[in-house]
Amino acid sequence: MDESIRMTIDQQNVQAAAGSTILQAARQAGIEIPTICYHDHCTANGLCRICVVEVEGVRTLQPACVVQARDGMIIHTRSERVIRSRRTILEMLASSVDLSESPEILTMLTQYHSDAFRFPDAEARHPAVIDDNPMYIRDYAKCILCWRCVQVCAEDAQFTYAINFSGRGFETQISTFYEIPMPESTCVFCGQCVGVCPTGALKPKREWLLEMGYSPDEIMSLTRSQRQRRKRREENSPNPS
Amino acid sequence: MSDLDLSPLLQRLEGLHQQGRTALLPALHEAQSLYGYIPQPAAEAIGRALNVPLADVYGVIEFYSLFYSQPVGKTVIHVCNDPACALAGSETLFKQIRFQQEAAPTGSSPPSLTVEMAPCLGLCEHAPAILVQGQPFGRANRQTWQDLVNGKGERPSSLVGGTVAILTANCGLGHTVELSEYLDLGGYQALRKAFQTQPRQIIEEIKNAGLVGRGGAAFPTGLKWEAAANAPGAVKYVVCNADEAEPGTFKDRVLMEDDPHSILEGIIIAGYAVGAQKGYIYIRGEYLRSYEAMKKAVDDAREAGFLGNNILDTDFDFDIEIRRGAGAYICGEETALFESIEGKRGFPRLKPPFPTTHGLFGKPTVINNVETLANVPVIIRKGAAHYRRLGTEKSPGSKLFCISGDVVRPGLYEVPFGIPFHHLLYDLAGGVRPGHHFQAALFGGAAGAFATPDHLNVRLTFEDLKEAGLPLGSGVITVFDETRDLRDVCLRLARFFAEESCGKCYPCQMGTQRQFEIMERIASGKVYQEDWERLQDVGWTMTDSSLCGLGQTAASAILSAMKRFPHLFQPA
Repeated sequence: MDESIRMTIDQQNVQAAAGSTILQAARQAGIEIPTICYHDHCTANGLCRICVVEVEGVRTLQPACVVQARDGMIIHTRSERVIRSRRTILEMLASSVDLSESPEILTMLTQYHSDAFRFPDAEARHPAVIDDNPMYIRDYAKCILCWRCVQVCAEDAQFTYAINFSGRGFETQISTFYEIPMPESTCVFCGQCVGVCPTGALKPKREWLLEMGYSPDEIMSLTRSQRQRRKRREENSPNPS
Repeated sequence: MSDLDLSPLLQRLEGLHQQGRTALLPALHEAQSLYGYIPQPAAEAIGRALNVPLADVYGVIEFYSLFYSQPVGKTVIHVCNDPACALAGSETLFKQIRFQQEAAPTGSSPPSLTVEMAPCLGLCEHAPAILVQGQPFGRANRQTWQDLVNGKGERPSSLVGGTVAILTANCGLGHTVELSEYLDLGGYQALRKAFQTQPRQIIEEIKNAGLVGRGGAAFPTGLKWEAAANAPGAVKYVVCNADEAEPGTFKDRVLMEDDPHSILEGIIIAGYAVGAQKGYIYIRGEYLRSYEAMKKAVDDAREAGFLGNNILDTDFDFDIEIRRGAGAYICGEETALFESIEGKRGFPRLKPPFPTTHGLFGKPTVINNVETLANVPVIIRKGAAHYRRLGTEKSPGSKLFCISGDVVRPGLYEVPFGIPFHHLLYDLAGGVRPGHHFQAALFGGAAGAFATPDHLNVRLTFEDLKEAGLPLGSGVITVFDETRDLRDVCLRLARFFAEESCGKCYPCQMGTQRQFEIMERIASGKVYQEDWERLQDVGWTMTDSSLCGLGQTAASAILSAMKRFPHLFQPA
């Protein structure tokens, strides 16, 4: 792995360690490639395709986050085809999901001159907010299906497997088993899913209530009954853990 | 739900428990056959028995359109909604059956009848086609709905024609060729011959024959086998891709229902050539009759010593397991198919690594289409040179074409590569229906492209079609006469992809939906000025940037229609 490879990115000669992805090689050379679903500590799946680049001799555009850089590659990160794909993906996202709390993506929309209202009469995903536990809310109208929450709940971190998917295609949504409330699932409320969510679809309950204008005192009284219920449950439990 | 009796399910799960997660789809099929749908306690029992997280069990149920997590009617009817059946009036048929359903006495729970629109059922030569409780019926518009519901429809039998009968030698006889008949017709001779040669030589023979995949991608079969044979590792697999679901395609169904042993023979030879111990046949969930025919063939072959340990007294051990899909076109994509066998949602994987080194269960795997494998015994029995006597240098052998739509004699046609399209259309299939003329044909199915009258002289080979900008694909040709509105055809294709996108990568997940919405506008005549540019951007973004072949071809038919019939997509 200490071998190094050479390639050309946007007419610039770039050297990188063998085994690097195109994204790593580019970033190291100071060439910025945008990413959305990619997260340093999650398995990269190449879902969002915003990081696609043109590699000479390859028919389709390549996702830089997962494709290994190879010796002699000639890569274009800002070709016409690349820009068209990125701009269109961003426009489709804006027409499908509430991006109001995704400042990075909103910045990208500006950078790529995307029209957030490009698709008239487009169906958006706007399920109701799920408020079924004292720790966090799930507002899937903001979910961009980056899969990070599902991954950290499973093999990427916690091995809890509380969530997976429902539906498929455009109708896909993150879901528990038969959509049961989170406390009835295997969720341990570790909070890792909330931590990796890039769009505010998962949010601490307290933050959510504060945003809705409740004062800290009001929030304490709102959640009192929940806390008391939990306390009673713990007291009545034969094996308090 | 409290009165749900789980004991029959638990009994069946005992036999599957050992296999773990890979048995998830079989277990869900069991549950659904017992209860009509998959009740939550049944899903819970399955998760426990197979050691699969419950959220994942639900994720899998939700992925496959033939699995129901909520109660459905006692009788479930699927009405095909794709181009060939639409030309034959499936839309009216659907409305009629729906009307009867709504007129039926209410209050019964669950309802007695559930009627659903379905993607292509692979019965295009019998259009309009429906499934009643999984059983296929053709020309369903000629029956009363009571007869349909009671399963008294027309049972489709194979319509086979062409100028040669090599792959279809045993097809169209009106029955399934079973083992004894297959042996009388020279069956399993190729396998005996294969066992007398070295695996390397078999691979050479397949390479010399110039066989390329018949599922659509046309990858050289011999190279695939060689790569898997050379891949390190003791455990290897052969997978037969029988998830035939490209709208307009029905060739694999006919082969499986009429001549299942020829496919088995191909799989066993492939297994011997690459050093595999096990084969899988993954059959689409809608093909119940194919499943039954293949299952019987596998059982009979095992009984007769063509499968199992020490096959034909050699030291070669090989067995085959059949898996049923559950309503997901994407599972015809090879890596999605592996995921499905492994008990997961049918998400395609990133490539590389390729199946020949990291395939099913991460092991070196050869995956071939049904028709490809049916070619194998033919090549081995008579040799590559003999095989090459038909066809052209670059497209040797014969090819199965599925012709449907506005033709006089729809059906499966076997012809040598190289005959002109007009010969197939007019001389063999009888031409366009009386009183009408040829407007266009969709080559390659939903993922294909439109041919115009300018293409009637094109020779049917990989090289000629490529030059003409038409895909051979899986051999689908759906014909449209001058009365047909191609915008409606494009709308159906767009709906098909929006329904069948797995949702993994963004371009296809959202692009198929947006493409469908724009096509809805265009087909209804309410097109906006900017829709042309929108459709182009969405189409090229899917083509350039999607993760798998589905997304990369989800716009190809529409983009080809825009090129060849631009006026259809402009505001009036």
